[in-house]
Amino acid sequence: MTTSTSPAAAAVDPEAYLQVRDLKVQFPTEDGLVRAVDGVSFSVRRGQTLGIVGESGSGKSVTSMSILGLHNPARTKISGEISIGGQNIVGMKEEKIQKLRGKDVAMIFQDPLSALHPYYKVGAQIAEAYKVHHPSASKKEASTRAVDMLNRVGIPQPQRRANQYPHEFSGGMRQRAMIAMALVNDPALVIADEPTTALDVTVQAQILELLEDLQREFQSAIIMITHDLGVVSQVADDVLVMYAGRPVETGSVEQIMKRPQHPYTWGLLASVPSLHGDANVDLVPIKGNPPSLINLPTGCSFNPRCRYAGQNGNRSFSEVPELRPAGEDGHNVACHMSFETRQRLYAEDIAHAGVAQ
Amino acid sequence: MTDLADSAASPATPTLPAREPLLKVEGLTKHFPVRSGLWGKGSVVRAVENVNFEVRPGETLGLVGESGCGKTTTGRMLVRLLEPTSGKITFNGEDITHTKGSRLRKLRQDIQIIFQDPYASLNPRHTVGRIVAMPLQVNGIEPPGGVKRRVQELLETVGLNPEHYNRYPHEFSGGQRQRIGIARALALQPKLIVADEPVSALDVSIQAQVVNLLRQLQRDLGLSFVFIAHDLAVVRHFCERIAVMYLGRMVEVGTRQQIYENPAHPYTRALLSAVPDVTKLGGAGRIKLEGDVPSPIDPPSGCVFHTRCWKAQEKCAAEAPVLLPNPNGSVAACHFPETGAVI
Repeated sequence: MTTSTSPAAAAVDPEAYLQVRDLKVQFPTEDGLVRAVDGVSFSVRRGQTLGIVGESGSGKSVTSMSILGLHNPARTKISGEISIGGQNIVGMKEEKIQKLRGKDVAMIFQDPLSALHPYYKVGAQIAEAYKVHHPSASKKEASTRAVDMLNRVGIPQPQRRANQYPHEFSGGMRQRAMIAMALVNDPALVIADEPTTALDVTVQAQILELLEDLQREFQSAIIMITHDLGVVSQVADDVLVMYAGRPVETGSVEQIMKRPQHPYTWGLLASVPSLHGDANVDLVPIKGNPPSLINLPTGCSFNPRCRYAGQNGNRSFSEVPELRPAGEDGHNVACHMSFETRQRLYAEDIAHAGVAQ
Repeated sequence: MTDLADSAASPATPTLPAREPLLKVEGLTKHFPVRSGLWGKGSVVRAVENVNFEVRPGETLGLVGESGCGKTTTGRMLVRLLEPTSGKITFNGEDITHTKGSRLRKLRQDIQIIFQDPYASLNPRHTVGRIVAMPLQVNGIEPPGGVKRRVQELLETVGLNPEHYNRYPHEFSGGQRQRIGIARALALQPKLIVADEPVSALDVSIQAQVVNLLRQLQRDLGLSFVFIAHDLAVVRHFCERIAVMYLGRMVEVGTRQQIYENPAHPYTRALLSAVPDVTKLGGAGRIKLEGDVPSPIDPPSGCVFHTRCWKAQEKCAAEAPVLLPNPNGSVAACHFPETGAVI
């Protein structure tokens, strides 16, 4: 399996549709500088899915918002490079970004009830998204296109449904309508920010399957942002694990799920209850809480919660670990421990708990 | 529908020793009248329909199902935040279905609830000390050693620093707030706690901390729990016995092993197979349910699941199945229960 995520140091992937290099997003606030994203690099090819995993406040949503150019430049400091189909959008003029947004890059939001306008009919909202990028299209063409899209995402009776308001849709149907709206201009890159978190598992399974079908058909690149490792394991080709604004581990989905190397990834895997194995064994939570992004711990920002901090003398507390190759091709980890130590600890402490078993 | 109550009440707990149940629910039903438009015709949302179950002392019962299946409504009726339309709730041998006034207040000392949203369920203008002391104050209880000491003990029990007594909820993270909610529920030393999605609003790493805390409290204090959740993996970790609900009805009740390893109801199987499984990359072999849950205003005839069931036959649309023991060990309301283990 080739992997398209690459550490900061690695060469540019010429086939990638989206290439993010050393992205830093900072918000100056009264309390201090919030380092929401602090040096993230990744790339996604068309037809591939990258899963970005992390807890609230790990910077995953901020990353996706900057790919869409949605941050207010007056209040945000962005540096690095975000190249979409060859164009760098960092520092690009708003009018030019608007041309890309919705056409080349589209977004599926977590909560479809607040992302859809309650006052307009679903069909009209999808038609509007189409007309913005196809000014020459007639009203009729646009609404036909909207009904087509509703049909394509598996909404029964699309003609009738297009004439209804968002509140008349169930949660799953609303999310389908959101997906129809995102895909109406055949975007090459779709960013799905927790698209199934608000849904029941049965509906979640339907939506994930739908996204996969559509990806096969349109060959789009997908970035799936989620805190649910289960979802990532179902849809992603590559995974980027983020903690406190920094990447801590990247690799193929198999490398991350089956042979994780970073103690934070271990913690995530060991704290998720599983449908298999001994239910009476206690979960192994990650102690403490995620840090404040204004006052990051010195050294490795995971050190206050890491069970293994201090293995290498003082390094965990003084030196920020860089993403380095973790043995296998395409697998990178930002941890001071040696490969052998990590292998041993994983086998001893982690492999039996939560879903890691 | 009365036959369902009769046949289901007794075999619902066939595998447990004959101890007196702490909580017994018989034929519990809740209908909400609704009206479409200002002068529209009135209709009824059948949120909970003829539900029967028991909780024994020290037992944890999980109520699972999709949103809209009536699990939260059931939980709220148990703590008497909602008035049942019909049916009977017996707690500790006493009929509490329509208890009122001071008797109800006394009863609530024994049955407490933990809410889902740790942000909405704590008063932002009260200190933690006041929030946790509130149940004691309302009931006029003077614990030995004083209220403050008792509150600090409680905070310590749930893993919070007792010195944070004077802080406000906004100074705490989501997981810590949920601990405050748990401390408040424990203040009156209840016998039964209804936990309504207590961890679903929390991050995964924090969720594990709270699940472990609840398990430890259950073990140490011998509490009974009704644990309401949509996350089957969390329920498996916490509950000995599980009841699966669909469209206001109970479709299967069984022990953890029966429900997770040999479920008999097709709905239980579909629900289990929809849970994303980290051990199976790519999600192969998933049972896919088509469409949405039907409206509880106009539920399907016969078995309410027949519109989405891949095994449905004519009989399913005509005749409502009752909860009956099946070869797999659990109690399921299905005409054609599945046999064998889950793959």
